[in-house]
Amino acid sequence: MSTQHLPEHPDFLWRNPEPKSSYDAVIVGGGGHGLATAYFLAKNHGMTNIAVLEKGWLAGGNMARNTTIIRSNYLWDESAAIYEHALKLWEILPEELEYDFLFSQRGVMNLAHTLGDVRESIRRVGANKLNGVDAEWLDPQQVKELCPILNIRDNIRYPVMGATYQPRAGIAKHDHVAWAFARKCDEMGVDIIQNCEVTGFLKDGERVVGVKTSRGTINTEKVGLCAAGHSSVLAEMAGFQLPIQSHPLQALVSELHEPVHPTVVMSNHVHVYVSQAHKGELVMGAGVDSYNGYGQRGSFHVIEQQMAAAVELFPIFARAHVLRTWGGIVDTTLDASPIVGLTPVENMFVNCGWGTGGFKGTPAAGMTFAHTVATGAPHKLNQPFSLERFETGALIDEHGAAAVAH
Amino acid sequence: MLLIPCPNCGPRDETEFHYGGQAHVPYPENPNELTDTEWSRYLFYRENPKGIFVERWVHSTGCRQWFNMLRDTVSYDIQAVYPMGVPRPAAPLPPAADTGTASTGAASTTPLSPSTAPEGATK
Repeated sequence: MSTQHLPEHPDFLWRNPEPKSSYDAVIVGGGGHGLATAYFLAKNHGMTNIAVLEKGWLAGGNMARNTTIIRSNYLWDESAAIYEHALKLWEILPEELEYDFLFSQRGVMNLAHTLGDVRESIRRVGANKLNGVDAEWLDPQQVKELCPILNIRDNIRYPVMGATYQPRAGIAKHDHVAWAFARKCDEMGVDIIQNCEVTGFLKDGERVVGVKTSRGTINTEKVGLCAAGHSSVLAEMAGFQLPIQSHPLQALVSELHEPVHPTVVMSNHVHVYVSQAHKGELVMGAGVDSYNGYGQRGSFHVIEQQMAAAVELFPIFARAHVLRTWGGIVDTTLDASPIVGLTPVENMFVNCGWGTGGFKGTPAAGMTFAHTVATGAPHKLNQPFSLERFETGALIDEHGAAAVAH
Repeated sequence: MLLIPCPNCGPRDETEFHYGGQAHVPYPENPNELTDTEWSRYLFYRENPKGIFVERWVHSTGCRQWFNMLRDTVSYDIQAVYPMGVPRPAAPLPPAADTGTASTGAASTTPLSPSTAPEGATK
């Protein structure tokens, strides 16, 4: 548990400019991915005459609602490459952004509860090692040593039969990540425009030439979509479709507690993932609600099932109280992998489909998507995640493969 | 939790049901003749509206029958249920009342009567 103090709440870190009549590029969505994209567009590609348009307030969507877990222990090569790149960026970003967002590399454990889980987990550890991702297989005793509050008795419904462990994984303060990116963007001249909803796109034939917003029309040469749960809505405005379904995803926190939970524990099988935030809240996430939804809330029985699993795994939690629950809208794909790249509309690019795991990908999504927006071509790390894969059949099937808690 | 008006069993908790995604997606008549693009459309692309969605549910722990439902994906209000094989009721349906109860779709094949309207279905 971190003994660091949280940074003082800062004064304003960015301007609130009026939108200009034209920009070299417009990023739609002022969450983590949009801000990271703008940051790398300015830093790596020298594009500073750009704007980030945010419908609500900065980082008020999934960036404020995720459970802040960062890891890269994905099964397939393409995923391991992009998520491991993200993890390496997470490790250097506090210094680069000159902002300590408390990336705490306390490790992430993915529990195995069945023989099938055990086999898949050991296979994944092997795959991770081959891809240069730190990974270990832990037997139940080792699990107990790392996380003493876990119940490893074999008489529970889903006994702990072992776990994979990635020591370099961890959690970070998600709001501070967004503010860190926003401050650097602003310093480099990027306009971050909040309360500016995109209502349509201007096209010249098949080429996008502008964005219609609630604060007027903005001409632009390039548009990058980073709108997570609302990606389908934007795509429809632009005249194409995405293979995305938007679902509610819920999470909750308890009241503050003494440090009891030294790592991050995820259980794919019983659909719960638990960590203890820097201040002391137990932070838990669930699987998605089954139905499509844009309501930023889900059904209570999902929370109830998640709590039942959490209390069985962590008997000490039985006396804790749920302080707050909430939901975000996640953009899921059928192979549980993101979509990053070109669209049927010329000069319009999309970064979406990160589903339940977008936060951890933020820096790599931003870095590779900025490359795509700036050059009009895929980056070698995001090339496998193109929209075309649904036609070619080259899916990156991380469902169940990558400890994706879905 | 949604309170779902099963056409056979009446209003029941969402936990008795399973979700089937978008309704009215027929299997292609001649799949061998489809291009890769058309096949990918059938396999992977579904509507994802912010608003009224036409979707399938199955009452797994009740009558075990599939049925179709019109639901608002923002308010989660259930606007109509109707049997499989019946065309989608003519939209647009009136927006849900502020009371949180499902509105009755005038044009739906199975308008929700007050007895089956889920009171506070989405709360």
